[in-house]
Amino acid sequence: MRKKKGAPIKRGLLAFIALLFASATALAGEYRLVIDETPVNITGRERTAMTINGAVPGPALRWREGEEVTLQVTNRLREPTSIHWHGVIVPNTMDGVPGISFENIAPGETFTYRFTVKQSGTYWYHSHSGLQEQSGIYSPLIIDPAKPEPFQYDREYVVMLSDWTDENPEWVLAKLKKQSGYYNFHKRTFFDFFRDARRNGWGATLSDRLAWGRMRMDPTDIADVTGYTYTFLINGQPSKANWTALFKPGERVRLRFINAASMTYFDLRIPGLKMEVVQADGQNIQPVTVDEFRIAVSETYDVIVTPQEDRAYTLFAEAMDRSGYARGTLAPRPGMSAPLPETRPRPIRTMADMGMSEGAHEMKPGGKAPAAEDPMPGMEHDAMGHGDSISDGLENGAATRMSSEEPPVMHGPDTHGRGNSMVAMAPRSRLREPGAGLENTGTRALTYADLRALEPGYDRRPPEREIELHLTGNMDRYIWGFNGKKHSEADPIRLRHGERLRVIFVNDTMMEHPIHLHGMWMELDNGNGEYNPRKFTINVKPGERLSFIMTADAPGAWPFHCHLAYHMASGMMLDVMVSDDGEKAHP
Amino acid sequence: MTFMNGSMIAGVCLIALVAFAPAALADSPEMAAEEDSRLYTFLEIEQFEYRIGSEDTLSWEAQGWIGGDYNKVWLKTQGDHTIDKETKNAEVQLLYSRAIAALWDLQIGGRYDVKPDPSRGYAIFGIEGLAPYFFEIDAAVFVSNKGDASARIEAEYELLLTQRLIVRPSVELNFAAQEVKELDIGSGLSEVELGLRVRYEIVREAAPYIGVSWERKAGRTADFARRKGEDVGDLTFVTGVRFWF
Repeated sequence: MRKKKGAPIKRGLLAFIALLFASATALAGEYRLVIDETPVNITGRERTAMTINGAVPGPALRWREGEEVTLQVTNRLREPTSIHWHGVIVPNTMDGVPGISFENIAPGETFTYRFTVKQSGTYWYHSHSGLQEQSGIYSPLIIDPAKPEPFQYDREYVVMLSDWTDENPEWVLAKLKKQSGYYNFHKRTFFDFFRDARRNGWGATLSDRLAWGRMRMDPTDIADVTGYTYTFLINGQPSKANWTALFKPGERVRLRFINAASMTYFDLRIPGLKMEVVQADGQNIQPVTVDEFRIAVSETYDVIVTPQEDRAYTLFAEAMDRSGYARGTLAPRPGMSAPLPETRPRPIRTMADMGMSEGAHEMKPGGKAPAAEDPMPGMEHDAMGHGDSISDGLENGAATRMSSEEPPVMHGPDTHGRGNSMVAMAPRSRLREPGAGLENTGTRALTYADLRALEPGYDRRPPEREIELHLTGNMDRYIWGFNGKKHSEADPIRLRHGERLRVIFVNDTMMEHPIHLHGMWMELDNGNGEYNPRKFTINVKPGERLSFIMTADAPGAWPFHCHLAYHMASGMMLDVMVSDDGEKAHP
Repeated sequence: MTFMNGSMIAGVCLIALVAFAPAALADSPEMAAEEDSRLYTFLEIEQFEYRIGSEDTLSWEAQGWIGGDYNKVWLKTQGDHTIDKETKNAEVQLLYSRAIAALWDLQIGGRYDVKPDPSRGYAIFGIEGLAPYFFEIDAAVFVSNKGDASARIEAEYELLLTQRLIVRPSVELNFAAQEVKELDIGSGLSEVELGLRVRYEIVREAAPYIGVSWERKAGRTADFARRKGEDVGDLTFVTGVRFWF
């Protein structure tokens, strides 16, 4: 393992002085945030946004590890609001989720958050009430570490990505409930059939169309809400504003990427520059150099780039469904710009996304399509072969092994009821796949298998038990949930305080879901053993089976939910109750 | 059933709906205020069209609902008004709809036919949903206050020429379990309607369309019509608008 202990002397000295100063005068910061309605003009039309201190995004907060922060949040809206510190480990009562960890902040009231910051890295904060986050209540949150960081850089920028709609977010949700394909203007047409038939053959094209028709699924459904209504933003600015970060050639520039979008996954690249990924979800990782990475909704990634030439570089954040992009520029001087890269073809869902058993290479549109309602092949078919991925550890075996070698685990007989419209028959690990639309781009794209923590996890106990959760949905009715149940229908998950457990996700839907746990870390089991990365959001691909290990070290009730705003609002959320009551914890 | 008249059936259904709807509509009554269990409303004028054939008619087919993800109250209406004469058919349905499977709803309620004369009430037992290969199906059995039973099955499909230009073929079959003299309906397959409409979605919610519609009375029902000197079948060109919100 590489450890870059030796930070440059100058930085080390600064940190030392800062620490001296900190110990002399206890670190304490007071912050005041006002939630209000403010006129904005993002698309050329005047709209009213919900804002923090009058802006979208709100003010970037900068804390220091060890600081005791006091935040007074005043609500000037006509409805209740809340602020949640995304990814920050705080006491339950400071987490800011209405109905779970506190009541809410009523109109006209001020709520005081007070806690000690026990971590560092790139995070963000946002409203956890209704769809207020889509309306503008989100903002970056940077926490400087108490110890010097294991990498060096000369300057840094926060790059916060988001999606803005001129529509009322409540109407967006209502439209999805009435016609879930409302925002998809890239469906396959009658003429596409002939185009595909010429390319792939009539028989193959017909059987492909019949397979999707039989399942009543739409392979072009990559994003529920698209560029048809969205304008994609970098630090609150649309592409035409060309947000620019300045550098001097040869400098190491740290970019703190935050995906604060309500629904949009972005594929991020800076043509002409390699990116060294140094943090994921605020946590140091062993640096990985890539051309591109996908950032799921609510994730954060810190990268370092070293532009050598005296020219502009385009910072290009393409929406996963290719319905638009956010664009910025890295430049040595203001006012410069570089050409935009070509937009790449839209991905099409494959049979692998439907949890079918064939390898990914057979999944091209028009390829052999297995019957959706085939009876399950025998359960003994290499099932449960899941545990052995842990032992792989550091031998670098993980990176070379193809995901298709990992045996799928067959789905059980439960189809999760009327809240769910499909099951992944043979869900499998897809940690080594970059994701839909990034497979054959010729670039080196980051995968979850690349994430290796810099330091071993603090709790090395093996998990005492397993919980399996199925991510479910009913696209036609626009219902989302876990195990076929909406939040309002589901029982909480009860955990015993201090217990160590494994949570297995099986994605029975054909969409990606960024699952976020409050209050505790999730250690993604990507085969790196004690160097498994810890995350606050785990993206689960369609048809995927993966797991994480956690220590239930934070008493109280915590939300556990999909961070796609309209999925959460449609039921994809669970309460996790952590208590000392072992009886209750083991149902 | 014979002692009840149509308005009584409709009335009983309405009272039942008003009494039970609030509890039934919220997916979990104690959590009705939960964000994921909100009530929505939907109104769709699926067809509102002028038909040019042997007689010019104005035809409509509309439906709306109020409810949550699993439970809804539906109102459906359809009818034909002959321009020079009078309203030929006009029916209204009030239904309680419950999700019984991922893509299927069970619908029960009442139907009242204002026209044709004599007006009549029916109890409805139906299913509506999305069949494999994306066929939208609405199938219902009707039992009238005179005790006669009939059935109707409608199937529709959407074919995208472009993202906004959409061809919608449809078929409707009507069956009767027995002869109904007063309404000139014979037993067995009584009426077939085939439609083909091409719409352009200016926005998703509003789409003008043109198309053709072919109706034909079948079997004994056709014989009754012939005996009265009426047309058995009619091919009409239609132009109309579809919208929803």
